[in-house]
Amino acid sequence: MSTVVDDIHHEEHHDHKPSGITRWLFTTNHKDIGSLYLWFSLIMFFIGGAMAMVIRAELFQPGLQLVEPNFFNQMTTVHGLIMVFGAVMPAFTGLANWMIPMMIGAPDMALPRMNNWSFWILPFGFAILLSSLFLEGGGPNFGWTFYAPLSTTYSNDSTALFVFSMHILGISSIMGAINVIVTIMNMRAPGMNYMKMPLFVWTWLITAFLLIAVMPVLAGAVTMVLTDKYFGTSFFDAAGGGDPVMFQHIFWFFGHPEVYIMILPSFGIISAIIPAFTRKQLFGYASMVYATASIAILSFLVWAHHMFTTGMPVFAELFFMYCTMLIAVPTGVKVFNWVATMWRGAMTFETPMLFALAFVILFTIGGFSGLMLAITPVDFQYHDTYFVVAHFHYVLVTGAVFSIMAAAYYWLPKWTGHMYDETLAKLHFWTSLISVNVLFFPMHFAGLAGMPRRIPDYSIQFADVNQITSIGGFAFGLSQLIFLWLCIKCVRGGEKAAAKPWEGAEGLEWTVPSPAPYHTFEKPPKVE
Amino acid sequence: MADSQQSQRPDNSKIVKRLLLTVAGMFAFGFALVPLYDVFCEVTGFNGRTKNEAVAATHQTVDKSRTVNVQFITRNAKGIPWKFEPSVKQVQVHPGEVRVVNFLAGNPTSGDMVAQAIPSVAPAEASLYLNKVECFCFNQQPLKAGDNTEMPMQFYLDPEIPDHITTLTLSYTLYDMTANATAETLAQLQTTE
Amino acid sequence: MKMKPLLALMALFGFSAQAQNRLNLTQGVTDVSNRVYDLHMTIFYICCVIGVVVFGLMFISMIRHRKSKGREPAKFHESVKVEVAWTIIPFLILVGMAIPATSTLIAMEDTSDADVTVQVTGSQWKWHYKYFEHEVEFFSRLATQQEQIQNKFEKSENYLLEVDNPLVIPTGQKVRFLVTSDDVIHSWWVPDFAVKKDANPGFINEAWTRVEEPGIYRGQCAELCGKDHGFMPIVVIAKEPADYQKWIEDTEAEQIAAREREQELLDMEMSMDELMAMGEKIYNSTCAACHQASGQGIPGTFPALAGEGVSIDPEARDQHIDIVVNGVQGTAMQAFGAQLTMQEIAAVITYERNAWGNDTGDTVQAADINAVMNQ
Repeated sequence: MSTVVDDIHHEEHHDHKPSGITRWLFTTNHKDIGSLYLWFSLIMFFIGGAMAMVIRAELFQPGLQLVEPNFFNQMTTVHGLIMVFGAVMPAFTGLANWMIPMMIGAPDMALPRMNNWSFWILPFGFAILLSSLFLEGGGPNFGWTFYAPLSTTYSNDSTALFVFSMHILGISSIMGAINVIVTIMNMRAPGMNYMKMPLFVWTWLITAFLLIAVMPVLAGAVTMVLTDKYFGTSFFDAAGGGDPVMFQHIFWFFGHPEVYIMILPSFGIISAIIPAFTRKQLFGYASMVYATASIAILSFLVWAHHMFTTGMPVFAELFFMYCTMLIAVPTGVKVFNWVATMWRGAMTFETPMLFALAFVILFTIGGFSGLMLAITPVDFQYHDTYFVVAHFHYVLVTGAVFSIMAAAYYWLPKWTGHMYDETLAKLHFWTSLISVNVLFFPMHFAGLAGMPRRIPDYSIQFADVNQITSIGGFAFGLSQLIFLWLCIKCVRGGEKAAAKPWEGAEGLEWTVPSPAPYHTFEKPPKVE
Repeated sequence: MADSQQSQRPDNSKIVKRLLLTVAGMFAFGFALVPLYDVFCEVTGFNGRTKNEAVAATHQTVDKSRTVNVQFITRNAKGIPWKFEPSVKQVQVHPGEVRVVNFLAGNPTSGDMVAQAIPSVAPAEASLYLNKVECFCFNQQPLKAGDNTEMPMQFYLDPEIPDHITTLTLSYTLYDMTANATAETLAQLQTTE
Repeated sequence: MKMKPLLALMALFGFSAQAQNRLNLTQGVTDVSNRVYDLHMTIFYICCVIGVVVFGLMFISMIRHRKSKGREPAKFHESVKVEVAWTIIPFLILVGMAIPATSTLIAMEDTSDADVTVQVTGSQWKWHYKYFEHEVEFFSRLATQQEQIQNKFEKSENYLLEVDNPLVIPTGQKVRFLVTSDDVIHSWWVPDFAVKKDANPGFINEAWTRVEEPGIYRGQCAELCGKDHGFMPIVVIAKEPADYQKWIEDTEAEQIAAREREQELLDMEMSMDELMAMGEKIYNSTCAACHQASGQGIPGTFPALAGEGVSIDPEARDQHIDIVVNGVQGTAMQAFGAQLTMQEIAAVITYERNAWGNDTGDTVQAADINAVMNQ
């Protein structure tokens, strides 16, 4: 233990880590930037969550009680944008920053100064987006998918701010992705060949390529919205020879890979945690890599399944239906691999494992509803109802967010040097697990019974279901305060964590002391 | 260690350059999707828009064994008070047979106006087989205050039209283009004065 | 004694049948909607079976393969045989699903040989129906009172699912819908027909249905279309062909007569009070959703009418009429020339020019509207 302390002292002297605000403003250290990303995403998670609470409060009973429909639409729009671009994606980038260099035995990210930039433009992007809510006429109110012409001809003037902030978020993501790719390709320790990399690194590498491929397309789409609205072009206006449906094609060409950007790193996290607490090697490592790659490739061929009702010819509907159904195969392989990893292991159920197990089950439920949505004739009934809302919240909240929670619990001892409070953590898990299902499961029923999404008021037949959903929503929101408290508590103190606090954990990150020294692997480790 | 890092530096910039090129390429691709989409639609009839250019009426065979019901719908977009309607609601045509349908337009306002009709066909697939020899929708249509006009549309159905298409609806939406009139159209307004 | 469990069972079924209506997809009233429902249930059951197997194995593992039971972890970490099996088997299940899905989809997209064609046009935030074969067209707006939405009155049974003029179609005949939009994208959805088609501005889309049972069927707009997206329901009444025929002929005659009557009314002068009373009513039902009952509009989104713009400019009366009659391209302002009678437009413009302290003192008569519409 004393050598560990010595090490830290030595490192600090060696690099005289700056203190105060300048440390964070000018940092090029991957761990500092990782922490910044993670805290930022937690703040965004609460801001986006507060908006969700407004939505659920308005929907608590039929009739208009709290907010005007126009404001309600701003809430659904900005909630979506914040959760996607502010909470989930930065959280994954934060995890990548913290963990990828340590996992591949690199001293830092490959492009540390760009790393600083890619984080620090984010707060400005979101400040612009959020400030637009206080404009006269309000902020963006056309849904996070900003379909033209609602977002062009018929939107208010906050659209310019929306477009500007989307550009900033896009640039940030692209810089982050470039950094990840260069780091993984160039900075691996000797002996760390591609098929030895942890799956989290693999899934992030593939995610980063997806980001590089589709974020520029999003940038193109928002630029077209901008020029259509302010500069007289007619990309999406039939009057000038454009086509509003083309917007959806371009948007979903970005949008569907984007969905996988938000879930592939989760697969990596779960593939690290399940073996650790099963004390057994991951089943089918190679097939996991191939499955991830094939999901990524297929994600470019399925975008129009978001648009079955736009009136495509039958041949196109069939093509997109078949391709979408195909995605079930590699996704199934992953789930089967996780179950096979558990099979005949020696499991213990610490909080990271609990979140991982909940992920496998609840993400699979989201996968089932996804398969149902893929079937075009039935999708005509599901499309734009709460069934879809239930589906993507199962894959994004109990999927992506739960995996981020699992990752946080798994690596908190490494980040802070302290064990988190296991009692609080268990409380957080069980309240979250129960409330998230009370929140999202009834949405399936509301959708099947015919409740459209994005409406501020509904007919009385949906009253019971919405009431239950809202109660679940409030409970889930409150449960996350436990997590916030737990994180603060863990940073400030607690039981000292060993270098490898989890018996079955594997990987280079556990070979360095906890908390991880400011600089790690300045001498590349030996990988057998 | 220092050595290994130094030897990696040039590699970094090479990869970064390639990735930045990819980013620029994908940004361009986003815009390239616009013409690609148009071409794709023209080839497959994806969005039901008819070809925006005249097709010569060749002496193709007329398939007398079949008739297709062609319906006409006209609509006015916001802000254009023109009268705009087809002279007949629907016609029965044999594939290959050339027909002319007149559309009546009137400008009841006190100002000269320019309009553009945008076609759309349902089922979308049928747009591939609707060939226009002449159409007012190819160009902007100027109309002086209080004037009325008859605008011809001459078309035939490709005899290759699949059997399952028995009814075809051609819709025109009329948009006000006075503010975006081409110089050519404006010149037309002047000369007829 | 033996009856008791049976009764209990029946009660349970009765309950579940009722609950099913509220919690599951509707079976609907057409052949296609039934096929869609069957497809939905089939896939749902397949997912349930897969779920039970996968989650079952997981739970067995979680219960039996614990460290606390003194388990030693096994060493295996791959098996080509198993991995090939769980790639191929799901693929075959998917093929099994794709076959009925494909045939249903092809049936749904076959719009040929329709008996009745209806043009459906969405606009913010109402539907317009026009019968291709008859001179019948009308707007269909939400009929629920604002007081119910604002929680001042008790909510009625069909709260938010009732309209002033429902669409009427014949039973037993193939009805083809030509769907389009005047402004943003809407989506015309009636769950009982399993018909949901987007209304794209400048393009027409097709859908069809054949309803066997007479009845009232309700739906809603399914694509976010702005502020009142939640308040543009769809009501379709299916009538026996003979009843339908009578309805369409009566309505046609009525609409022709109304148009003639309107021409006669052109000569009639209304007093300021009459115009203001009528105008206020129409303003509140038609204009207040955007411009607000106070005439203040929503800053940045919908312009105010009180104390600014054409409403107070004595020179701009004809421009005011033009805006209301023809709408403004590129904004949410619609052309009300086709939605209201000339008399109503005259009244509402008079109201706008004299309410909320807009003291232009102008009266506008139906003849003035006619002058703008038919110069």
